[in-house]
Amino acid sequence: MQVLVLGLGNILLSDEGIGVRVVEWLSQRFQFGPEVELMDGGTAGMELLVPMAGCDLVVIVDAVRTGRPAGTVVVLRDEEVPHFFRTKLSPHQVHLAEVLATLDITGETPDEVVVVGIEPLSLATGLELSAPVAARLEELAHHVLSELARHDLAPQPLTHRPRSLLLEAGAFAV
Amino acid sequence: MATRVTVDPVTRIEGHLRVDVEVDGGKVTKAWASGQMWRGIETILTGRDPRDAWIFAQRICGVCTTVHAITSVRAVENALQLEIPKNAQYIRNMIMTAHAIHDHVVHFYHLSALDWVDVVSALEADPHKTAALAESLSDWPQNSYATMKQAQDRLRAFVGSGQLGIFANGYWGHPAMKLSPEVNLLAATHYLQALEVQRYANQIVSILGGKNPHIQNLAVGGVANPINLDSQSTLTLERLMQVKDMIDKLGVFIKSAYLTDVSAIGAFYADWTTIGAGITSYLSVPDIPLDETGQNFAMPGGYIADGDLANYKPIKTFGDEFFREGVKEAAKHSWYANDAVLHPFDGETVPKYTDFQDDGKYSWIKSPTFYGKPAQVGPLANVLCGVAAGHEATKRYLGQVINNVNALAGIELPLSGLHSTIGRHAARAIRAAVLHEELERQWHLLMENIGRGDTATYVRPEFPKGEVRGFGFHEAPRGVLSHWVVIDNGVIKNYQAVVPTTWNAAPRNQDDAIGPYEASLMDNPVADPERPLEVLRTVHSFDPCLACAVHVFDTDQQQVVRVKAL
Repeated sequence: MQVLVLGLGNILLSDEGIGVRVVEWLSQRFQFGPEVELMDGGTAGMELLVPMAGCDLVVIVDAVRTGRPAGTVVVLRDEEVPHFFRTKLSPHQVHLAEVLATLDITGETPDEVVVVGIEPLSLATGLELSAPVAARLEELAHHVLSELARHDLAPQPLTHRPRSLLLEAGAFAV
Repeated sequence: MATRVTVDPVTRIEGHLRVDVEVDGGKVTKAWASGQMWRGIETILTGRDPRDAWIFAQRICGVCTTVHAITSVRAVENALQLEIPKNAQYIRNMIMTAHAIHDHVVHFYHLSALDWVDVVSALEADPHKTAALAESLSDWPQNSYATMKQAQDRLRAFVGSGQLGIFANGYWGHPAMKLSPEVNLLAATHYLQALEVQRYANQIVSILGGKNPHIQNLAVGGVANPINLDSQSTLTLERLMQVKDMIDKLGVFIKSAYLTDVSAIGAFYADWTTIGAGITSYLSVPDIPLDETGQNFAMPGGYIADGDLANYKPIKTFGDEFFREGVKEAAKHSWYANDAVLHPFDGETVPKYTDFQDDGKYSWIKSPTFYGKPAQVGPLANVLCGVAAGHEATKRYLGQVINNVNALAGIELPLSGLHSTIGRHAARAIRAAVLHEELERQWHLLMENIGRGDTATYVRPEFPKGEVRGFGFHEAPRGVLSHWVVIDNGVIKNYQAVVPTTWNAAPRNQDDAIGPYEASLMDNPVADPERPLEVLRTVHSFDPCLACAVHVFDTDQQQVVRVKAL
């Protein structure tokens, strides 16, 4: 079983970066098995071909625009995904539509594609999430975890959160 | 009666570029290029530690993360006058060349070939004839009848399923499509093979950069790749041999497929060597530094005024004064508050949106100028400067492409044929071949240097009290990229990025002179204003990346789609 959890988005544009933030949140709290790769995909395009090719399951976390209130969580599966991307909702739609269509051509379409999305409030320049989106970050992460649990791939919680090596070494009083 | 055609967005993948043209008598008579999103990256960097700037800067663009990262550390290193260990230069050089090769291959085959290649027509081809044609052009081992037949079957299944997918936006059957079914099949087959090959270039970046997208191995002062050929946690011999294997696989494809394919398309569309010249003042910068301070470079760069190679003036070193003093940005026709022409050290990023005003402000992109004039940047600028500087590899591959075109088309293509839409594609392939030779050489240089016992990859930066300024440049896949930083007491005071697509997609400047995209569109034929394929051909030939010049802020009303909400 080969699984990719892909956080997409531009961390410079506040809520746009939610996908990356969810992947960061997960990687700081859980130890994932060898079948599961977590990836900060940023705003990448064709670079995503290799990691996505032939996966059994790809879980994409991203900001999506559906015209619903900010902070609304949206989960899309399989055939809903290409349709969704073709109709231009996410700023990354074109990237992913191209990548998914390309994988169709090369015969490496992932067996299952799930998008865990959230309606953004702000796409202004800035590194912080808006309050309604930040409030849902953990919920999005738990959607990802439940997708993994469905395949018996739930990760182990980390016993302690990784911090900077200097902190670990006691270089500074905390 | 003129017809106004608006193409929005233009790019097949990246970002958001709008192009407006007026067509009169089957030709473009007026053109406007407009970036439709605001770029605010600079504002995010003010007040930060200059050692962290590259981490943020590489998020400016979705495809060229690497180039912004490298240019950012170069800018800070220039401000500090740091000497970078040779190994770090070689490793960076390999990352840059591999990244650029990836960009060029993907751009030609996957983002722009479909402007010239009719995939649907390829279904009508005789695979025997295609294989015979392909084998006459090159010794690429994957040109057999069986390969062509297999590719055609895959395309047929794909088109037959009703899911054109990636090909759905194509202009199939357009009168400007001129290739025979056999040539279309050849190009479509290589399109599929290039999907495989581009992965090798990406893997090189991943191995050396630690992660792709968003490499992690850079540092102001060098790279964070400890070298120890025997330790698993560092850059080992095994990893370096893996890189060499990828380099070799890339080389075969570039030389046997990419160079000949671009020649074939150039030959069959030879009329496009007289279309799309636009601004023929060219700017490129030297790159692939071979020493610690950026005095010697493997690839030359400089400025050519008004298309005359005899006017070539080289840019010689990092920190070059001729480059530093020449770059300014105008904002008279851009949605910024200050209309003044400013040097990047003094650049401002304060928005002032009006609406699309033909004679006023109409773009989020500023208008960079070199000594007051617009300049075209990109592989064509790079190749022409290489020729003017007498760069051996550039001249050799250019000669090869021109010979191929002449033989196939039965013409004598003059060098001036490069000032064109097709010339930009040819230059990109030539540059890919040159870059590949350089990638291979940098690998050997690194191995030899390590062999001499030098494993240094990093020097520690020290920030002085008071203000220092610096700039870094890089000959990126789309052309000259420069980052400009003002550091005050170790903190960023001002930061400006002047990116390649800003040069090329620039709106009218302070003198109302049109930018390179706009100029290249003038007099383009447009057979059918409803399907402006010719406009796309010329704009795509620049490899536009508006995600970079501006960013993903989509002001359009989005279509509401029914989805399941939780």
